[in-house]
Amino acid sequence: MSVTAFLTDSTLCIGCKACEVACKEWNQVPGDGFVWSGQSYDNTGALGHATWRHVKFVENGTVPGLGGNSPETFSLGFSSDVCKHCENAGCLEACPTGAIVRTEFGGVFVQSDVCNGCGYCVVTCPFGVIEKRPYDGRAFKCTFCYDRQKEDLQPACATACPTESIKFGNIDDLRAMAHDRVRELSDRGFRDVHLYDPVDSSVGGTHAIFVVRGDPRTYNLPPEPEVPTVYLRKGWTSAALAGGLMVAATFLAFLGGRR
Amino acid sequence: MKHVSESVEPVVIPKLPRELREKRLQELRLEAKSAAITQAQSRNELAPRATPETGYYGNALLKKPQWTKEIPLYFFCGGAAGAAAIIAAVAGKTGRHDSLARDARAVAAIGGAISPALLISDLGMPSRFLNMLRIFKVQSPMSVGSWTLVAFSSSSVAAAFLDLWRRQDASTIRTVWPLQTASQFLSAITGAVISTYTGVLLGATAIPVWNQNAGVLPIHFAVSGMAAASALLELRGHESPALNAIGIATSLGETAVGASIELRKNSALKPLKSGSSGWLTRIGGLLSGPVPLLFRLLALAGDEKRSRRYKKIAAVSSVAGSLATRFAWTKAGAPSAEDTALLLRNHS
Repeated sequence: MSVTAFLTDSTLCIGCKACEVACKEWNQVPGDGFVWSGQSYDNTGALGHATWRHVKFVENGTVPGLGGNSPETFSLGFSSDVCKHCENAGCLEACPTGAIVRTEFGGVFVQSDVCNGCGYCVVTCPFGVIEKRPYDGRAFKCTFCYDRQKEDLQPACATACPTESIKFGNIDDLRAMAHDRVRELSDRGFRDVHLYDPVDSSVGGTHAIFVVRGDPRTYNLPPEPEVPTVYLRKGWTSAALAGGLMVAATFLAFLGGRR
Repeated sequence: MKHVSESVEPVVIPKLPRELREKRLQELRLEAKSAAITQAQSRNELAPRATPETGYYGNALLKKPQWTKEIPLYFFCGGAAGAAAIIAAVAGKTGRHDSLARDARAVAAIGGAISPALLISDLGMPSRFLNMLRIFKVQSPMSVGSWTLVAFSSSSVAAAFLDLWRRQDASTIRTVWPLQTASQFLSAITGAVISTYTGVLLGATAIPVWNQNAGVLPIHFAVSGMAAASALLELRGHESPALNAIGIATSLGETAVGASIELRKNSALKPLKSGSSGWLTRIGGLLSGPVPLLFRLLALAGDEKRSRRYKKIAAVSSVAGSLATRFAWTKAGAPSAEDTALLLRNHS
């Protein structure tokens, strides 16, 4: 048992969506509808209550050398998105029932038998991952395949990935591997490779890190994710002030008039 | 394994006649064309793209709040009830506002009874509402609020009930009085929390329009709750100068908050200034601030009959304004969650 993580190396992703399918199958995630999104080959849209892995398709324009060498064909960037399993998780901090817990593997896990569907986690996730399932009432997201990890198995998505774009393992090993990979690609002339690993934000790092080409924001990865508990001090200070003001004003109104 | 696969008969998919296949293919082409761009080279330049500025095809980075209308309604009810509990405790102390204090107690008790019902009906699994009391979590405003609401509702109902009992049966005054005082005190203290914590609840989220107002929300909600409670008591027929003073103070406060929202230049405040949530914010702001303020000032000058009517108009406006304000703040969450460009802009 060690603290584990995902390293999703988009430079190896071929956009096959096997991770989406494997996740659905293993976790028995219900269907999320079928619509033509008009967004490249991605008709999934975003992570949600019924989508725990989501392959993003970014069309990068006709730059020779990026992807194919033909100037008529645009290159595609693929990246498989997943719950980030934050070190300081907004959803976990906000959950009033204690349904959301931290597992021994470092993941953030929703206990479906405890969740009562208050919906507070939905607005406290800085990555827009967790969502309430309307026809069920409870909130759902990636479990980090807690059941499989318990049995020393890899998560379903990482197991199914045919190109080892989704790597799973000890978090420190994967971080080192990610830095090596960025250096290696850079040495080979890929100057636009970035590691998305928000350790310096208030989220304090995640258990899902990404190697992407181009700006991570293109993949809706926020540059400065914030755990909403950073606003608690300001909020409660203001609330204390406001409460005191209410009491003082009422006293003033009712006793001030006596004179 | 080999002999198993041999024993399974291959599934034969009946083939459609060629014309029908072509027809179906054409149908699929048309369906795809109506919803998406099907040819890479003739890309619609206006269609959303994946760029660092707009994010992934402009798709929402955050999830929209999934709360139902019970939540803003609870913000209103709880806010007014909490403030009414403070008025009940203070007015009761003066000894000169007995009937006002009794009505304030009733407002607190009724609000304290409705509030949990509203919250429970918003839950995805209402039967599990007691799970809120499995644990106490300081870092979760939802947990702090749930526990406070339990204390507030029970103490407010107890204060109202014990007060009635004391009035009915004078012989119980010795035994009931300490209990009644204690529950009244608890109700007022927790009432101050109930009226303000909802602002912390919205402030401590990932939604920019809320967290950029983490300091404003509790104060705005306190003022709004106080205005609604005092206006409700006025509408019950209590013509107390104290309530009028609260009315003037709260409408002044609301005017200040409204002006600060309009004047602050922060792109996170866009949902408060444009779209349907923007209009609701402005309507709520006007009804809570300048409108009642104007009528209360007019009431100071006019004759008694006219002044009474003006105060009544001010009170109705304040209640409606408080309700609209709660809905406006909650409604602003959705467009804010969808403002991906704002979230991707580097702060500082």
